[in-house]
Amino acid sequence: MSDNETLRIGVYVCHCGTNIAAVIDVEALTKFAEGLPHVALARNYKYMCSDPGQELVKQDIAEYGLNRIVVAACSPNLHEPTFRRAAEDAGLNRFLVQMANIREQVAWVTEDGELALEKAKAHVAGAVRRVARHEALQRQFVRITPRAMVVGGGIAGIQAALTLAEAGKEVVLVEREPSIGGHMAMFDKTFPTLDCAACILTPKMTSVKVNPNIKLLTYSEIESVEGSVGNFKVKVRRKPRYINEDLCVGCMQCIDGCVFTQAKFPNSFDQGLGMRKPVWVPFPQAVPPVPVVDPEVCLQIARGKCKQGCVEACGERGAFDFDQQEKIEEYEVGAIIIATGFKAFDPSVIPYYGYGKYPNVYTSLEVERLLNAGGPTGGKLILRDGSTPKKVGIIHCVGSRDVNYHEYCSRVCCMYSLKIAHLVREKTGAEVYNCYIDIRAPGKGFEEFYNRVQNEGVQFVRGKVADITPVANGSGPLVMKVDDTLLGHIREIEVDMVILAVALEPHADAGEVRRNFGISCSNEGFFLEKHPKLAPVNTANDGVLVAGACQGAKDIPDTVAQADAAAAKALAMIDAGEIELEPNTAWIDEEMCSGCKTCINLCPFQAITADEERKIAVIDQALCKGCGTCVAACPSGAAKQHLFGDRQIDEELEGLMNYV
Amino acid sequence: MSTFNPKIIAFMCNWCSYTASDLAGTARIKYSPCARIIRVMCSGRVDPSFVLKAYALGADGVMIAGCHPGDCHYINQNYKTMRRYAMLHHFIEQMGIEKDRLRLVWASAAEGQYLAESIDQFVEDVRKLGPLNWTGVWEDEFRSEEALEEIAAEHAEAMEVQA
Ligand code: FES
Repeated sequence: MSDNETLRIGVYVCHCGTNIAAVIDVEALTKFAEGLPHVALARNYKYMCSDPGQELVKQDIAEYGLNRIVVAACSPNLHEPTFRRAAEDAGLNRFLVQMANIREQVAWVTEDGELALEKAKAHVAGAVRRVARHEALQRQFVRITPRAMVVGGGIAGIQAALTLAEAGKEVVLVEREPSIGGHMAMFDKTFPTLDCAACILTPKMTSVKVNPNIKLLTYSEIESVEGSVGNFKVKVRRKPRYINEDLCVGCMQCIDGCVFTQAKFPNSFDQGLGMRKPVWVPFPQAVPPVPVVDPEVCLQIARGKCKQGCVEACGERGAFDFDQQEKIEEYEVGAIIIATGFKAFDPSVIPYYGYGKYPNVYTSLEVERLLNAGGPTGGKLILRDGSTPKKVGIIHCVGSRDVNYHEYCSRVCCMYSLKIAHLVREKTGAEVYNCYIDIRAPGKGFEEFYNRVQNEGVQFVRGKVADITPVANGSGPLVMKVDDTLLGHIREIEVDMVILAVALEPHADAGEVRRNFGISCSNEGFFLEKHPKLAPVNTANDGVLVAGACQGAKDIPDTVAQADAAAAKALAMIDAGEIELEPNTAWIDEEMCSGCKTCINLCPFQAITADEERKIAVIDQALCKGCGTCVAACPSGAAKQHLFGDRQIDEELEGLMNYV
Repeated sequence: MSTFNPKIIAFMCNWCSYTASDLAGTARIKYSPCARIIRVMCSGRVDPSFVLKAYALGADGVMIAGCHPGDCHYINQNYKTMRRYAMLHHFIEQMGIEKDRLRLVWASAAEGQYLAESIDQFVEDVRKLGPLNWTGVWEDEFRSEEALEEIAAEHAEAMEVQA
């Protein structure tokens, strides 16, 4: 049994295969560790995180009575939990463990082996000194609210919500548009199988509507998020539809009844190619099948005067309510899945493509709507002047793979361009030119689809289009100037229609969403997962998960897979019933506190209050998140912190500075 | 050619800059090994006295790295870091320590490359200033050996689980 009267530190240096050992002399490091104060034993091993590695620690704890453990290996953000568990299995308090990050912060970033060894020694010495000051702590748990919120009602959000609901969990699904469905609802067909998007999506949308476990909040946005994993409080802003959702039966007669006989306002769902009335639904299969009133153009709301044909058409159902106000509702949830999707790149910022200037230049999303049977032209591919194009150019990588716009590949543009090429040929028989940089077709059945489209007679031109100019002044045909790198000369191809395969990019307000939910973004603005390989749906904020294109451009199969993964994570969390908190909270040493109240205003979580009677500050352990700002500010040293106290950090500092 | 390798202490907050340094590792970005990294949960945890202690223990430069303003995992604690940084700058100058020996860097979890470059830049700048040689100024405050004895004495108490 261990003898608790003396401090006995065990140090374990990991080779991590050759990841560490190839740069740092692990034998020398082990020897160095042996000589540090209170170190009873130092070893090195090939893979500390493996079962035999952990076993080694456990055995040594039992055999040599170790009562503090230092593991010099990878980042604590990776394997600290592993070694804490191992220590606990061996009967040692799990918080008497410290890691020295000699892989990510030394071996992988240092060229010179000598200097790497020096730095590793410093970090090991720091960890040894620090762990000597660690204290045994009790693990803290919080109960999890057994309800999840899904933010975003595209295919990712729909899938995640359904998976959770089917497992019997309550889900709150929030969508900012009047209907769920997202981008997928805009598409006609999906690659490479060419199944119709509506045929596979609308049944899912209906399932969302009828599932009693799902509370659907459309036309609603996130106002604020409070709390943390297990217990989030989310305020949702519900925009007024001016139609009572509970009374509306979705007959759509109000739209016919509207005093505007002509639909004359651009329908955003149709990318502005179709028109709508002030009272409208984005598309016929909308869920919920409840129209919205646009307050800016509705005569009753904007001017206070209208014959109200809509209200008349609604009749005794009485669903209209022009006095409806914005409402804030609060929901308590245990886990949150963010599935806010993407925005299509606006190509008007690239002057030489002439988007917005020449009417026959379209974005791929606009063309999706033209090809869609439910779209503004009933599925006919016609130009703005009503004619059918005979020659069509499709330009790949618009805004993608371009350091001026987005350096990344949007992953879906090649495939959807092939799909559009196929559909254009099928519907119009037009000659189609696909101008590409590389064709990227790495998915299941993708290469086969590429071959098929080639065999259908679509022309492939390998080269970047440098310029688009009209043949004559005005709105007629266009000339694409492209450097054909296979032929080795510049070609000028005359076409009636140009389709720009635009990039997928983060929403303009992704930054705000990210801040609201306390997560990070990658450089290009997509939400950052906790680990690119091992935690692809988790985020830096525990309990907040991501799924779909908001995390990075991806196609529908990958989105659905990721949505299910996020749902599974949320399920696991909720089913566990409770979750462990980091124990690094702050606390007040009552005898030292002078009651100066410096700390109180520093806490953004209102965890600190003044006990006026005793003239001291009190920290609520359930509210403290453990940042340590109050600890750093306390003038009398009364504010302390578990695991990150002055004594631990001071010792680490001394270790880092003194022993090399 | 003198190759003075300055001793740098870098405090990094767990959520952004420490993660960025992990990312620099994963991406195998090479940077100066002179920086010794201390993980804190938030840049707001960096007590100004830590910085002074680092100098007193022989550090030639101290870096504080945190999340970008507005991105702090604890809402806005890095604004407090910013204020302390201004105060510290003022303070160390009065004590005869060059301002350039203290640096504040904001690096998001995605900015491994930027963080590595910032460390290199800082090491370069401190290298130009030369050694600080502040060690010993506060000697009697740091009874390192005695402190160790104390730890050993307190150790048994620390083994008791606290709530
Ligand atoms: S958590 Fe990074 S600065 Fe606060």
